[in-house]
Amino acid sequence: MFRWLPEMVSTYGGDIDSMMYLIYYIVGAWFLLTYGATALFLILYRRREGRRATYIEGNSLREAAWILVPCLIVLVLDLWIDFRGGEVWAKVKGRVPQSDLGIQVTAKQFNWEMLYPGPDGKFGTGDDLQFENELHVPVNKVIRVTLKSKDVIHSFFLPHLRLKQDAVPGRAIEAWFQATKPGRYEIPCAELCGFGHSGMNGFLIVHPADEYERWVKEHWPSS
Amino acid sequence: MSEGVKVEERMSFFRTYVFSIDHKMIAKQYLAIGLFWAIVGGLLAYLLRWQLAYPDTEAPGWGFIGPEFYNMLVTMHGTIMVFFVAMPILLGAFGNFLIPLMVGARDMAFPRLNMLSVWTLALSSLVLLISFFVPGGAASAGWTGYPPLSAKPIYTGVNWGLNLWILALALEFASFLMGGVNFLTTPINLRALGLSMFRLPLLIWMQMTAAILFMLSVGPLIAGAVMLLLDRVAGTSFYLPEGGGDPILWQHLFWFFGHPEVYVILMPGLGIVLEIFPVFSRKPIFGYRPIIYSTIAAAILSFTVWAHHQFISGMDPRLAMPFSITTIIISVPFALMVFAMIATLWGGSISFPTPMLFALGTLAIFLIGGLTGIFNGSAPVDIYIHDTYFVVAHFHYTLFSALFFAGFAGLYFWFPKMFGRMMNEALGKLHFWLTFLLFNAIFIPMFLLGAGGMMRRIANPMQYEFLQPLQPLNAFATIATIFLLLAQLPFVVNFFWSLFAGKVAERNPWHANTLEWSAPSPPPHGNFDTVPVVYRGPYEYSHPSVSEEWLPQDRPTMPTATA
Repeated sequence: MFRWLPEMVSTYGGDIDSMMYLIYYIVGAWFLLTYGATALFLILYRRREGRRATYIEGNSLREAAWILVPCLIVLVLDLWIDFRGGEVWAKVKGRVPQSDLGIQVTAKQFNWEMLYPGPDGKFGTGDDLQFENELHVPVNKVIRVTLKSKDVIHSFFLPHLRLKQDAVPGRAIEAWFQATKPGRYEIPCAELCGFGHSGMNGFLIVHPADEYERWVKEHWPSS
Repeated sequence: MSEGVKVEERMSFFRTYVFSIDHKMIAKQYLAIGLFWAIVGGLLAYLLRWQLAYPDTEAPGWGFIGPEFYNMLVTMHGTIMVFFVAMPILLGAFGNFLIPLMVGARDMAFPRLNMLSVWTLALSSLVLLISFFVPGGAASAGWTGYPPLSAKPIYTGVNWGLNLWILALALEFASFLMGGVNFLTTPINLRALGLSMFRLPLLIWMQMTAAILFMLSVGPLIAGAVMLLLDRVAGTSFYLPEGGGDPILWQHLFWFFGHPEVYVILMPGLGIVLEIFPVFSRKPIFGYRPIIYSTIAAAILSFTVWAHHQFISGMDPRLAMPFSITTIIISVPFALMVFAMIATLWGGSISFPTPMLFALGTLAIFLIGGLTGIFNGSAPVDIYIHDTYFVVAHFHYTLFSALFFAGFAGLYFWFPKMFGRMMNEALGKLHFWLTFLLFNAIFIPMFLLGAGGMMRRIANPMQYEFLQPLQPLNAFATIATIFLLLAQLPFVVNFFWSLFAGKVAERNPWHANTLEWSAPSPPPHGNFDTVPVVYRGPYEYSHPSVSEEWLPQDRPTMPTATA
């Protein structure tokens, strides 16, 4: 199923994908086991003349063990998934690592506004520069994104980087990513936000280091 | 109390069919409301699928759809299927019909309250129906109605449509709150002599659990809905940040109700399967008491999982893991029920009439729904699959199985009791196999679309480069949807043909044990010739002490061969 995943181009994307595969193998095994047992029983114990069903209530502990032990295994596997998942969650959504570049992304019906702090590295000064729907970043750098919204809830989705985070009006939500491969990736909105929700789409352009420098020079001639 | 409902022989047409206080007629009224909305919900599904497969083209039989109308379609499809099909059929119809019959009562504890509840639902349905025709159209902020999108008319362009949506839901909640009073009081107070709690059929336990879950969880949402309505019409800002409100408050209130609500639908569905498995396996259900305990455990846990809908909503990320853990652990009690169902088959003598096929179908489909839920429940995986078609596929596997597979299983199974005639087996089997195959043909592609990253509630996947290669999957799912809708025709024909011309049913056509089968088919007002006395549990099949394979709960003595 997960060969349908889009190409993965972020530092933590691999962790998320490996969680998917871990769960995939666990539930895949249960799927085969339960479907197999059901199919087997339906064939073996189909109604035949002269054979009577076995009277088993399954209430005594000895009998119920047949379902309690599998439940115990389910519980252990559940906890394993939780334990592994906790680490990945903390990596992606926990503390934002030391970032190389901070960008404010403000969602509105039906666009992403990307605000760069400019050469002084500070927001709210005269050299801030804003782009519609285009987010330019250097490859292999930690990018901090501060998500805001002007109207309704939107969701900032980077499928190739395995990042999704809602943008909520009235809040500034921090997210981060580190892209590992230059290219042009889409940034769809993943939360229903009105009649223009479908098609609310931006682009993340990941530049190699030198190309990013050129892009910066082009837009901030003063620097 | 049950004596109070004396059989009134000559009742006016009006009192018999319209303002009836007979739980069985009320159940049929719920069924009629549910089936009506199922048709509407199904047609909305056809239109929204058409738009996804062939964006902005003319849908045959309708015309142009486009993004605005599409948002209305997904919103109303969800609202209708959850609140106006699943609850009326699984709780309203099956709960009302079976609770008094299965506990050996002559009617519900409060028959007039019961009538009021169904008529409140009828009023609610009317309001929802009107909302389609007001200027601006029906609600289009998603069935979850997240503010601020739902809190200000300018954000969606829908004004009265959404106000009426809130009103219709409020009336629907009131209706099922009144119903819930009966669903609890009747099994607690009106059980037949000898029918202890641990001799109740599991479906009754499931219905009671569902009623408790609904009653305990709906309060916060009603409060939330009032605040939403005030934001819309009275200028308050409970959810609007510009006035000091917080949009995420709604999400907590909604999902605190919304997740238990899933189990409100699921439990009666599983209950139907748990009734049917022993009958056609000719074996007691495996682990009657463990199933009851795990039902209670699941019910309690269901109040602690709601924020798994909000992992990426902007709530404190430290909250995610506790909710992720409870969510994944709720798989344990449901795993127990699934294992118990499978163990019931072991050593059985299994026959495959239509109700059993649909019950097995429920198990097969629900299992996939349950297993894929682990992906959603894992917080890090949810970062990627949240709000994608993976989630859509997952909840259709859980809810479609509980609502339609279990619902059809129940209809085919209790139809002889409800209407006094048998349904046609050949048409039933055709209906099952088509439904089973086509359901999977729709929703397996959706898992793949979700893995590919396709977002929910977008009207046109072709607007995204990374989704364009996936478009054949969308077309496939849409064609399967059209065939799935057509595959319901054998059922419609079967239902009406059997209603008038089916083979006349005896009292106990399936040789089942529970009390409803000792009443005439269909039972008259007042249900039983004499109120039954219960001697044993509900699933004594193939008991070693009797020669028959079944042993009804109300058979007085064990005619033992050895005595």
